[in-house]
Amino acid sequence: MSKHPRYVDTEKCIACGLCAEKCPKKVDDEYNEELSKRKAIYIPYPQAVPQKYAIDSDNCLYLKSGKCRACEKFCPAGAINFEDKPETLSLDVGAIVLSPGFTTFDPTGIRTWGYGEFKNVITSMEMERLLSASGPTEGHLIRPADKKEVKRIAFIQCVGSRDLNKSHNGYCSSVCCTYAIKQAMMAKDHVKDLEASIFFMDMRTHGKEFERYYERAKGLGIDFKRCRVHSLEPVKETEDIYFRYIDDRGKQIETQYDMVVLSVGLCTPPSAMELAYHAGVELNEDRFVEFSSFDPVGTSRPGVFSCGAFSGPKDIPQTVMEASAAAADATRLLRSARNSLTRTREFPPELPIDAEPRIGVFICHCGTNIAGVVDVEKVAEYARTLPNVVHVGRNLFTCSQDTQDTIKNIIKEKGLNRVVVAACTPRTHEPLFRETLKAAGLNEYLFDMANIRNQDSWVHAGQPEMATLKAMDLVRMSVAKVGLLSALPGIAVPVNQTGLVIGGGIAGMVSALELADHGFNVFLVEKSNVLGGQARHLYRTWKGEPVEPALHELDARVRSNPLITLCLDSTVAAAEGFVGNFKSTIVGPKASRVVEHGTAIIATGAQGYVPEGEYLFGSSSRVFTAIEFDKLNMMGDRRMKEAKNYVFIQCVGSRCQERMYCSRVCCTHSVQAALELKEKNPDGEVFILYRDMRTYGRREELYRKAREKGVVFINYEAHQKPVVRAVEPRRMEVEVWDHILHEPLRILTDIVVLATAVIPNPATAELADIYKLPIDADGFLQEAHAKLRPVDFAADGIFMAGLAHCPKPVDEAVAQAKAAAGRAISVLSSTSINLEATKATVVEANCDGCAMCLDVCPYKAISLVSVQGTAGKLNSRVEVNLAQCKGCGVCQATCPKDGIFVAGFSLEQISAQVDAALAG
Amino acid sequence: MEWNMSEQVKGSVLIAGGGIAGMQAALDAANSGFYVYLVERRAAIGGKMAQLDKTFPTNDCAM
Repeated sequence: MSKHPRYVDTEKCIACGLCAEKCPKKVDDEYNEELSKRKAIYIPYPQAVPQKYAIDSDNCLYLKSGKCRACEKFCPAGAINFEDKPETLSLDVGAIVLSPGFTTFDPTGIRTWGYGEFKNVITSMEMERLLSASGPTEGHLIRPADKKEVKRIAFIQCVGSRDLNKSHNGYCSSVCCTYAIKQAMMAKDHVKDLEASIFFMDMRTHGKEFERYYERAKGLGIDFKRCRVHSLEPVKETEDIYFRYIDDRGKQIETQYDMVVLSVGLCTPPSAMELAYHAGVELNEDRFVEFSSFDPVGTSRPGVFSCGAFSGPKDIPQTVMEASAAAADATRLLRSARNSLTRTREFPPELPIDAEPRIGVFICHCGTNIAGVVDVEKVAEYARTLPNVVHVGRNLFTCSQDTQDTIKNIIKEKGLNRVVVAACTPRTHEPLFRETLKAAGLNEYLFDMANIRNQDSWVHAGQPEMATLKAMDLVRMSVAKVGLLSALPGIAVPVNQTGLVIGGGIAGMVSALELADHGFNVFLVEKSNVLGGQARHLYRTWKGEPVEPALHELDARVRSNPLITLCLDSTVAAAEGFVGNFKSTIVGPKASRVVEHGTAIIATGAQGYVPEGEYLFGSSSRVFTAIEFDKLNMMGDRRMKEAKNYVFIQCVGSRCQERMYCSRVCCTHSVQAALELKEKNPDGEVFILYRDMRTYGRREELYRKAREKGVVFINYEAHQKPVVRAVEPRRMEVEVWDHILHEPLRILTDIVVLATAVIPNPATAELADIYKLPIDADGFLQEAHAKLRPVDFAADGIFMAGLAHCPKPVDEAVAQAKAAAGRAISVLSSTSINLEATKATVVEANCDGCAMCLDVCPYKAISLVSVQGTAGKLNSRVEVNLAQCKGCGVCQATCPKDGIFVAGFSLEQISAQVDAALAG
Repeated sequence: MEWNMSEQVKGSVLIAGGGIAGMQAALDAANSGFYVYLVERRAAIGGKMAQLDKTFPTNDCAM
């Protein structure tokens, strides 16, 4: 591995920005898609981690021509190091995870789009930056050519995707439809009366909650046009963009927009291909990592895993799931070495403290960030006059490593027992200072921060005198509060290192095996008497892998694994507890038992929608659901053997008022089945009646092949559904509106296959009730965060996998199952969990058990208990479960009797702070 | 896949790429008791997601 020189010592750099201010060399800023400039010494973006500068050696004047060194001259921290050299490191690791990501398709030079030539044609990545408040226009939607506010904007879909003519990418990039909707929505938010149109072939909003998002966009007046735009042309005088298209009535329309956004697809960057080569990992013809549906984060090389867009275009939640799955799979091979290389910091024992506060105040200059505005010397002088303050220090950068040592020594020398740091925000720096207190033998909660930068010098830069007075106020408030703080004991809860998995489908089996392979005991609970769930009805995956043998293998591995206790014909009837300490009652065919476990994974699956009465289903013996069709076809049913013509009808029960979601798997299934029928009997006619073909990602290849083989695709709209009539004893007529011919089309067919919706399993809601988990509007499990926590619940220690979360194909269910196990393992691999000590605390003398706090607690951490009172009377009062309490303080604000408070934020402490604020 | 665990198994993982995928994988591996080397080509982690303004379908800030 080679480490590039940064030329900035990250230990010393305090990110004051003086270097960049003085640097004379301007460079195109890649973060803003080169729509703005940065300097040759720079921080990639304002919130970058690490928040440290770096010198771009390709552009630095000194490194290029030997002259300048301005940054070095002005750096107040002495952090510039031009002697920095490239290093070659050799690392010995147990496993490798590749996550190099994607690059967007570059449409430069393609004449039809005119990108790079017409100034008002931009890519979606550039649009992203134009919409951002931290972008080159501070979020104002103005066009590049003349800085005119954009009033009419068009988005062109599938640029560099689903296109083998102008790009080499036959695949669908999966995310562009929904990101275009998002950008159009945000743009409308930025510019009142903006007209936004999206030109698309198929609207692919197949993700969780995406269909509703699409409907919302339509409601906002965003115009969706199903057509292909042939080419763009500039309008000379105005620099607007002109183009023609054919509308849904077959009429040619000429139109003009202020700006056109090209919704560019996702591709593997050359650097990632190089990485694959070095790692010895095979890529497929679309330059993505090849994987199997049952091993979605594996690669062609054992011990090397991949996640994210490296194995195909995908959205953020899928990427995050794969990342957790890859971590789980990579570490599974290394389980015998768990905790062998990790280190924990050791701290000296805590010193007892005197009741009398001895407060130390450390005031930070933050380079010139604070000291350039606030008269820090005056603030320091003032701090010395405050009660109980025995030490006041000033530091150029209080957060630097050497200052931590200084603070530690001063605490010891002067016997400080409370510390105030007047500097920046506790959000980023409180953990650092708390560590310093611990290192000095002080309890970490005897600390407070006064934010005299973000809330003072930065926002009052023009009024230095007032800012100085405000800094004094803030310091006085902190000193008043910190004097009343007491040491809080650390809280740790033990972890029962056993997992529970509910649901024995493919997701549940994979989760259970992953946990067991990591060495943990698992209870796997399945309601029926067989394992396999919905996958037992599946014939093969979208990649063509047969499902049945894979299921058999999983089944055998589950049954033979000594760490897995399999509970068939069983359900969970009751549960209590919290992360690390759950107790669930499993009711089996003969008896019920209570099991103790540290984590739970809910993988209760879903069901197929039964289209009773729709399209002659139930009344004709030749109308089937997709699953029935697969089975009969496989068994060689007579009706299938005799049939010549087939009609598939998509979106049966999906994307409608009752179920405003896409079932994600049905388009690919119909295309795959149609393709096989066509291959078997090229003379037979196969029709697919669809609303939008959603063969996302590399599934697009199947769609392309099906069209090549002569499968006929006919688009229908939701308000004009096809009609199926029985016309002959064994034949039916399907009528659908033909958009090209503008007349109803009647198809005689032998078989009708209905692509029915995936609907939630009612058992999921029952279970959600037992574990107090949220369910979304469609009846699926609600994750903690749509993007970043796609397998977690808001409650710690419980995770989800598979169809219970939302409709998905096998490979995605397996990835989520591995991810859920991985998340559970991060809990199970410790014997205890340390918690923040700022928790709700009951004042027993004041609490009379009115229970008002019970109702408001968002974490259900409070319960009512009976206690023995005086004279044999039973009194009720509340009790707090520390593991569930997050210290939010809602209970404290609700309690009418001062019966509960959050440690570190008591009424007395906060009042002292308020009084001090008003005392100035 | 099962193979014989020898004494030399290393309790460390190399993660190449510090975007949202690499960051999540690194956190999970580290929180499960393994030492992680997170390698990123650029001067900061964050990847493509850090360049996004909002995320669908909640319109949450990507940062």
